[in-house]
Amino acid sequence: MSQYSAFGLLRGALNGQKHWQPAWRDPEPKSHYDIIIIGGGGHGLATAYYLAKVHGLKNIAVLEKGWIGGGNTGRNTTIVRSNYRLKPLHDLFEFGLKMWEHLSDELNYNVMFSPRGAMFLGHSDADMTKLAERGDAMRCDGIDADLMTRDEVQKLEPLLDMSRSARFPIEGGLIQRRGGTARHDAVAWGYARGADSLGVDIIQKCEVTGFVRDGDAVVGVETTRGRINAGRVGICVAGHSGHVAGLAGLKLPVESQTLQAMVTEGVKPMINSVIMSQSLHCYISQSDKGGIVFGGDPDNWPSYAQRGNPMVMERAVAQGLALVPALSRLRMVRTWSGVTDMSFDGAPIIGETPVKNLFLNGGWCYGGFKATPASGWTYAHTLATGKPHALNAPFALDRFERGATIDETGSGPMPNSR
Amino acid sequence: MMQFTCPHCGPRDQAEFIYERTVDAVVSLDAAPEDAMKTLFTRNNPRGVDEEIWRHTYGCRAWMVIARNRVTNEISATRAVGPEALP
Repeated sequence: MSQYSAFGLLRGALNGQKHWQPAWRDPEPKSHYDIIIIGGGGHGLATAYYLAKVHGLKNIAVLEKGWIGGGNTGRNTTIVRSNYRLKPLHDLFEFGLKMWEHLSDELNYNVMFSPRGAMFLGHSDADMTKLAERGDAMRCDGIDADLMTRDEVQKLEPLLDMSRSARFPIEGGLIQRRGGTARHDAVAWGYARGADSLGVDIIQKCEVTGFVRDGDAVVGVETTRGRINAGRVGICVAGHSGHVAGLAGLKLPVESQTLQAMVTEGVKPMINSVIMSQSLHCYISQSDKGGIVFGGDPDNWPSYAQRGNPMVMERAVAQGLALVPALSRLRMVRTWSGVTDMSFDGAPIIGETPVKNLFLNGGWCYGGFKATPASGWTYAHTLATGKPHALNAPFALDRFERGATIDETGSGPMPNSR
Repeated sequence: MMQFTCPHCGPRDQAEFIYERTVDAVVSLDAAPEDAMKTLFTRNNPRGVDEEIWRHTYGCRAWMVIARNRVTNEISATRAVGPEALP
């Protein structure tokens, strides 16, 4: 693999940019791999990359039913942050955020990580108390968090409706300045290029249709491109975890729901940070191309449809316009939706399953993209050693029966808080 | 947007209904702890048809069971539940 560099680009400029090569191969599947990862999204590709890079494994395949990064990696709102309340989530997501800060260098691929600040808005005294509590929890774990006054919020985002008669009055905020956004496709492509160069076979258009069992152990997978044997198999298909785990006879604490997002036409810079309101459930940021990206609630009922519902879009946009009235003149150019694994405590599942040699990484709810490097790192450790990393040990599948749920919102045993 | 046919009110927008859980996820009061845990916390979550409990919350407030395909949103059956549905 040739290194990407400014010098290479300059040299290419002199010879008509003829030096570009495909960033990864398109290999035929072999008959056996030591480790097979099902799912070629950011998490699966990151897992493969760290398996090869950190654990020195050579015989690894990533099987993807469509094209890499075509699922939720390409369907999120690209927000990166670690501003949670509970320690296990702090540890995992902060580990991830520190990896984001060096990811472009690590991969020699520009993932366009932009730490522009991730700000929660507070709309009432009660909101501000909750934000202060969250900020305290973060700072106790060494994560940056600053409680903001009304004036500070206004200074950062002058276009917010700060009037006292606003539909959603703003009392203040909580900002994690190291949070921000990244370029979602680049994350998948960067990890794919890195993994491929370390010998990982990335096999696209290869859907897993079943598991090959030997007694109580999984010894391979049946795919649309034939049977492939494996030492260990890692499911990494969040959104479709229930379906794929079901092929192995597992019933997961996960329900799949549709989560939508949308983007407007490109405009000059007007939103400086990532504006989030947890009371409303509205996320607004501006992409590097200039489009205003909106995210909102999931549809709150199970669906694998990968298409949206106008009612939910309208709610997200109405909230966005109430917060930033200047957005009302923009035209929406694209809407899309992804299928998300809603787990029963709102936290991911990374670890062993009751089936020998079969591992699971899923249940990411809304929050998978930001965790991509940490998810890959911990899952690679789990797949390589057969045991969880300290960071993902709390996220074991059996935590529900042990009563050790990681319930950030305190909402009880239902997918998604309600 | 989908339209559901409420057994009491007829065709109504899905916006009037709230999803509860699947039929097989209702915990019986005499279930053993392990069974209760499995019922409470796990779902078949099929990429296909499942029987779901919905409530016409912003209408007649009645509960009903809807068999819906989760990929195509096609509804194959709707039936009322509760005392009024008894013969």
